[in-house]
Amino acid sequence: MSHTASSAHSAEATATHQGSENYLNHIKTVWSWMSTIDHKRIGVMYMITLSIMFFIGGILALLVRLELMTQGQTIMGPDAYNQVFSMHGIVMVFLFLVPSIPAIFGNFVLPMHLGAIDVAFPRLNLASYYVYLGGGVLVLLGLFAGSVDSGWTFYAPYSTTTNSSVLFLTMAVFVAGFSSIFTGINFVVTIHKMRAPGLTWNRLSLFSWSIYATSIVQVLATPVIGITMILLFAERFLQIGIFDPLLGGDPVLYQHFFWFYSHPAVYIMILPAFGVISELIAPFSRRAISGYKFVALSSVAIAFLGFLVWGHHMFVSGQSAVSSIVFSLITYLIGIPTGVKVCNWVATMYKGSIWLKTPMLYALSFLFLFTIGGLTGIMLGVLAIDVHLHDTYFVVSHFHYVMMGGTVIAALGGLHYWWPKITGKMYSEGVARVAALLIFFGFNLTFFPQLILGSQGMPRRYYDYVPEFANLHLASTIGSWVLALGLFTVLGCLIHSLMRGKRAPANPWGAATLEWTNATSPPVPHNFSAQPIVTHGPYDFEVLRDSFGGDGAGQGAPEPHIRN
Amino acid sequence: MEPKGTLWLPPAESTLAPEIDSLFYFVYWISVIIFALVVIAMLIFVVKYRRRKADEMPPHVEENKLLELSWIVVPTILCLIVFTWGFQSFLRLGTAPPDSYEITVRAKKWLWEFEYPNGTRATNELRVPVGRNVRLVMSSEDVLHSFFVPAFRVKHDVMPNRYTAVWFNATSEGEQHIFCTEYCGTQHSGMLAKVIVLPQEEFTEWVESGGGKTDDLPLPEYGAMLYQQQACFTCHSIDGTQVIAPTFKGLYGSQRAFVDGGTATADDNYIRESILNPTAHVVQGFNPIMPASYSSLDERQVSALIEFIELQQ
Amino acid sequence: MATTSTVASSVGSGHAEPAHPAHLQHHFVTSEQQFDAAKMGMWLFLVTEILLFSGMFVAYTVYRVWHPEVFQAASKLLDWRLGGFNTLVLLASSLTVAMAIHFAQKDNRKMLITNLVITVLLAGVFMVVKYFEYTSKFEHGIFPGAHYASHELEMAYAPQFFSIYFIMTGIHGVHVLVGMFLMSWLVIRSMRGHFSSAWYTPVELTGLYWHIVDIIWIFLFPLMYLI
Ligand code: HEA
Ligand code: HEA
Ligand code: HEC
Ligand code: CUA
Ligand SMILES: [Cu+2]
Repeated sequence: MSHTASSAHSAEATATHQGSENYLNHIKTVWSWMSTIDHKRIGVMYMITLSIMFFIGGILALLVRLELMTQGQTIMGPDAYNQVFSMHGIVMVFLFLVPSIPAIFGNFVLPMHLGAIDVAFPRLNLASYYVYLGGGVLVLLGLFAGSVDSGWTFYAPYSTTTNSSVLFLTMAVFVAGFSSIFTGINFVVTIHKMRAPGLTWNRLSLFSWSIYATSIVQVLATPVIGITMILLFAERFLQIGIFDPLLGGDPVLYQHFFWFYSHPAVYIMILPAFGVISELIAPFSRRAISGYKFVALSSVAIAFLGFLVWGHHMFVSGQSAVSSIVFSLITYLIGIPTGVKVCNWVATMYKGSIWLKTPMLYALSFLFLFTIGGLTGIMLGVLAIDVHLHDTYFVVSHFHYVMMGGTVIAALGGLHYWWPKITGKMYSEGVARVAALLIFFGFNLTFFPQLILGSQGMPRRYYDYVPEFANLHLASTIGSWVLALGLFTVLGCLIHSLMRGKRAPANPWGAATLEWTNATSPPVPHNFSAQPIVTHGPYDFEVLRDSFGGDGAGQGAPEPHIRN
Repeated sequence: MEPKGTLWLPPAESTLAPEIDSLFYFVYWISVIIFALVVIAMLIFVVKYRRRKADEMPPHVEENKLLELSWIVVPTILCLIVFTWGFQSFLRLGTAPPDSYEITVRAKKWLWEFEYPNGTRATNELRVPVGRNVRLVMSSEDVLHSFFVPAFRVKHDVMPNRYTAVWFNATSEGEQHIFCTEYCGTQHSGMLAKVIVLPQEEFTEWVESGGGKTDDLPLPEYGAMLYQQQACFTCHSIDGTQVIAPTFKGLYGSQRAFVDGGTATADDNYIRESILNPTAHVVQGFNPIMPASYSSLDERQVSALIEFIELQQ
Repeated sequence: MATTSTVASSVGSGHAEPAHPAHLQHHFVTSEQQFDAAKMGMWLFLVTEILLFSGMFVAYTVYRVWHPEVFQAASKLLDWRLGGFNTLVLLASSLTVAMAIHFAQKDNRKMLITNLVITVLLAGVFMVVKYFEYTSKFEHGIFPGAHYASHELEMAYAPQFFSIYFIMTGIHGVHVLVGMFLMSWLVIRSMRGHFSSAWYTPVELTGLYWHIVDIIWIFLFPLMYLI
């Protein structure tokens, strides 16, 4: 165990140094990566793949914004526009955001938080990755077969009558769904069965709790999107007449099926982000998360309630007034457990010791942006208001505030937080902070005008708009460039860190979870050199007091402190 | 005397709109307050408790059960208030008063057709009397559409297999946007229409006369009007841009090539046929998506359109 | 569907490490932990299977509530005798699979293999009967949805009944095929002597899977053929 390799710039120098074998360098062939069952490597593979997906989805988003910069045709025609925003939504939701945090950090971090060597079913884990990749390939095929233009919601009967590449996309969603199910099963079992000695449920990190809640939702909701996609596929292929009104089917039934999955899916997207935020706020405030039990159980409450509100997407679709009213009531109730979390995060900072490193900046912007996103969600849940706001840019802005401002920001925070552990390299703090600020301002400039646009009546999925809306659209487009600049800065900063970054100490942030206290950066192939025995909670910073030496930036951080 | 909109909402032009607006602003201000509390607390803590020494250890803080309880109870109460208010307005939005004047609405890719009780029809222009309850009974001929008038705060999906309805009572004369808010394909964003709110007498006169007197309009002007009313403009431009259909500019008299290999000169007869039976000749480079419903245009209307197209050189 | 087998294989086949039983994977501490994990994973997977079919059952219920008379008339066109026979076949196969597990626990390799083989054969019988049912429907012009061309029952929404019938029984049939495949694979492994009373997790898990396939049919049969 050594980090005395002072100028360990190249991986080779590190590798030759005796005792620094780690999961990245112990075997290096391409095949060893492709066939790996090491949860850390699978996590890294997801990280690369999902970054590419985010990149593709993001470029499509920039095209959307560019087209909307001016009235009328700016860079493409209406058909192209419809395909671009549909692909943007599909790629972002099904191929990026649903897997995102669980697949990357769930894989890398969860087993380490549990003090385990690996997930319960490592091979299934690898299989999930390839199944996911299969879904991605189908999307590409769909692109070549003449892209879909049905929106990410595939509403019948439009989707059953438009061009046939919808077939590929429904299959892709179906296949990606399997990957999601497998990952979910894997994590639930891992959390139940693979905890280290002494790791009671009360000592579980909040990240693990949130992954637990997420996985349960994944297992219970994803099969429904599976069957929905099968039915939609059959509707197109065999004209079975379940959804298509021309054949006697009912389009509203399709919407019920779709949202029965897709509403819980939004909690699949946000719950892991909640977990990451807890992991960030605690060490950077050096306090245990206030109301640990409330925060842990509110995830479960959200997961449960999340199954009962799908109808809030259909207030004006012709479902009965009674169901609308019930759905509306339960929709507000979800605000309460979420509020419990937000308030507890803020309370954690009270009398803390707040360290404004990049991950903490992301956590703070999360609190800011997600609260806007959540409160606009509550406004949408108010029946009479939703009648006015439904399918306008207000909704578009709402879900970008929660998905991009919530989940993606949390994922970026997590990426910066765990980056030293994953790669063994530090990044340039200054550049990373500038990027975080650019993203924050760019994001608000892009999406705040959209809130106003929406409540003024600008409908979504519009290729063109009436003159009243021109200024706000222009502002939004300019915002998207600032946002993109920020994200490209992140990318550059991290690539630079890979090549030139300083060697990371084992615990640069003074965190108290097992991946920081009991493992090297990067970890050895089997995570820990000895089986950890857990004697304290995940946020007991008092216990770690002696390890805060040096300049606090981790340079003087301790040897991995292995308790037996 | 134009009523002004606010930063967030367009002008309120129906009897129900003010009620919905106050609900909106009530929820909005609660949200702003909650948001401000969260963000201000966060910022104060960041400044006040920022880390000064690398190895400082913050003091232990007892968790406050009362506080924990307060942020469960207060939001719950707020939610219940908003819920009660919200669903009452929703029910009012959903139930038209029994004395409402009924207009039938048919939506299809990508235009709106309105039919009045006496059979008068109009496309993309919905004329309604001011100060009267109006109920729209809507259905679609193809996919889902959605009828939205921001100024009235009403919206409802329009479906191919059942009738849905919205109602409103316009409070002042003038024109308002109608948007289609359910995605319906290529020209979803072009599926625009107008509500024209008229004084009662003017409205009655218009309906009785079967949709305004056009008999004394010269043909080219009538054609220009139909170009708007019949929504030709959603697909055909007159400035030369070609997106999904051939432009009318320079069309008349030009040589046309068809997908089946044939050709023709665009003279009166050709254009007449193109309007009444669009699939007879499908122009190269375009899909046969022009609605067949124009076959119901009468002779004078077709002539007017031909005159109009002839003028676009 | 092929992925189903991954569940079993990833939990099933261990790789050898010194000082461990051959089946114990390196990241587990005890065989018991490994077995518990595998069993829990399988149960969760079965939950997703049930939910997959629940979606279909919901579609069935919705259309039945809307058009009860059509659904009653349409279900008369299905031959309840063939359906009933198939129900008995599947029930018997559930029994043999349970016996197989029993004999695995008893280290009785011969009976284990015999019972597995019988199960595969019964599943085969089920599929053959299903094949004849489908073809006779097709001959009468009974196709799903828009292709429906039967003269025996010309009611609106009869096509919907058969759409649901074909999709549900079709997906169920795919599950039977997967089960047959899994059990044939178990037969091969038992012949190679991979299982013993110390470790027979794949047999147990496949058995669980097979029971679920059976139970789903128990629900399908009365809904489709009888009421
Ligand atoms: C990550 C994804 C995500 C998340 C977390 C949420 C969270 C919420 N969403 Fe959102 N939503 C989407 C993604 C998401 N949504 C998407 C993608 C769509 C559009 C789909 C489409 O049509 O394409 C959508 C659409 C959507 C609609 C339909 C709008 C329409 O089409 O007409 C509604 C309506 O009720 C809604 C409500 C909510 C609510 C109430 C929450 C709540 O969970 C929010 C809870 C959070 C808070 C409330 C803030 C914190 C709380 C406090 C600070 C305490 C104080 C609170 C109170 C007093 C209430 N959402
Ligand atoms: C995860 C979800 C997600 C995310 C992150 C985004 C991100 C963005 N979205 Fe989108 N969006 C959706 C999900 C998402 N969106 C969905 C579901 C819809 C609805 C579709 C439908 O109606 O069917 C939609 C629709 C939608 C619309 C409405 C279209 C319409 O209705 O007509 C608009 C318009 O402005 C828009 C814009 C943007 C912009 C500017 C971003 C920006 O935030 C994008 C910024 C990203 C980049 C600029 C890429 C740069 C990336 C890199 C450099 C890689 C870096 C890698 C690492 C850091 C590791 N999106
Ligand atoms: C939904 C879109 C749409 C609408 C609305 C529409 N058209 Fe067309 N029209 C087309 C398309 C596409 C073509 C070219 C393909 C074809 O010939 O069928 C076309 C072709 C034509 C042509 C022949 C043009 C040529 O280049 O030879 C004429 C004339 C015409 N339309 C007139 C009209 C008039 C008049 C109206 C309104 C009363 C109208 N169209 C409304 C889509 C539309
Ligand atoms: Cu009609 Cu959108
Ligand atoms: Cu929702």
